[in-house]
Amino acid sequence: MREISAADVSAAVERLASEAAYHLGEEELDALRQAVAAEQSEPGRALLQELLKNAEIAAQGEYPLCQDTGLAVVFVDWGQDAHLVGGSLQSAVDEGVRRAQKAAFLRASVLGNPLTRKNTGDNTPAIVHLRMVPGESVRIVLAAKGGGAENMSRLEMLKPSAGADGLVEFVVRAVSEAGANPCPPVVVGVGAGGNFERVAELAKRALLRPLGSSNPDPELAALEARMLEAANHTGVGPGGLGGTVTALAVHLETAPCHIASLPAAVNIDCHAHRHKEVEL
Amino acid sequence: MSAEKGRGAGGEGRDNTSPRTSAEAVRVTAPLGAEEARSLRAGTRVLISGTAYTARDAAHKRMVEILAAGGALPFDLSGAVIYYAGPTPARPGKPIGSVGPTTSSRMDRYVEPLLAAGLRGMIGKGERSAEVRQALSRHGAVYFAATGGAGALLARHIRSAEVVAWPELGPEAVRRIELVDFPALIACDAAGGDLYQSGRESWRRA
Repeated sequence: MREISAADVSAAVERLASEAAYHLGEEELDALRQAVAAEQSEPGRALLQELLKNAEIAAQGEYPLCQDTGLAVVFVDWGQDAHLVGGSLQSAVDEGVRRAQKAAFLRASVLGNPLTRKNTGDNTPAIVHLRMVPGESVRIVLAAKGGGAENMSRLEMLKPSAGADGLVEFVVRAVSEAGANPCPPVVVGVGAGGNFERVAELAKRALLRPLGSSNPDPELAALEARMLEAANHTGVGPGGLGGTVTALAVHLETAPCHIASLPAAVNIDCHAHRHKEVEL
Repeated sequence: MSAEKGRGAGGEGRDNTSPRTSAEAVRVTAPLGAEEARSLRAGTRVLISGTAYTARDAAHKRMVEILAAGGALPFDLSGAVIYYAGPTPARPGKPIGSVGPTTSSRMDRYVEPLLAAGLRGMIGKGERSAEVRQALSRHGAVYFAATGGAGALLARHIRSAEVVAWPELGPEAVRRIELVDFPALIACDAAGGDLYQSGRESWRRA
């Protein structure tokens, strides 16, 4: 059986967290450039240009893209033929997050307790989502999730009669009510189906798809296009200053569900859309 | 100071359907004078220089508790500008880390007592409540919008930073900062103008 050391997991997570904070991906940069071309409002275009300039400055490695370097949400697909040695998965991931916080000068944005609200001081613990998969390789995806965008996420147990129209209406309302808060233009992850907890994770996993990619199911892809168009008709625009580019993309993922239910979730990501991945 | 009257968005019976932002930025100095704060108009681009303070959720809670108990704050609020921000740690040789605005609406409930104690300007991102907008008119104060997610770019407009209260709050400690041509837009003014509202209305298609 293949052995993977906790130290290797920590090193990988540290690298991903540091990269996510300073380097906007090519897909994200392209999306912003396309947004500059598409945006009709002058202040909106000016703001998008500022974001491109910001990405340039951050890539020089002195200042992270955003002061909210995020809560580390770590998705691990663990090959069942690989054996983790030298520590638990959670502690290995947290060690990587801790090291990145120190070495890459990331913000400590995590509180140990939501009510007493004392900062843990090192941005741990991370949120770890583990799936066991066939094979012996391990895939780690780190999403650096900012609080402003995460706060604007919504979950609703829709009535089955709401159907696709009801889902579209729910998603667009979430984007519209979020307004300027999640740092638009946003990336919208939508989950439909599953159950209460599954749908939230679906929405978040939808964000992991390459930015702007369509769902392989043509009907769902058409629904994504419809939601994107409607989101861009809300008028929110870049920075919420008004404009025609409110969302860069809408990604929809579905799962089987109970006959009584139509769970729906919207997980919003800011324009930085920080995701990095590695295979061990 | 020459706020370009009539070029802002919303407020004072202007045409709300065509919000504009001024092309030329107006220079603003912090702390703000009473007259200057009242004269600024939504939609005006500004470059802010001078002394301001960073504070966000945890610091606001403490400030308001101290004021409610009749105490004095560890820094001077008269005419002050508060920047809703919690920076990343400063690298050696740099005054501050990345420092963009956080969501202002979380601080809405703390605004009134701070305005009553002398606060005259806030920098943040996102819409304010109707109560806050009315309070701006009553107190002659102004709300600036900085670009959310541009923390690296904005950091270059801060010359120095020093923790002046509650270092135990880490990124949420209050820092006195020196701004140099810090770019922002007037989002809400003392005359009731609101760039977020008017901007969005003019582009809504549904």
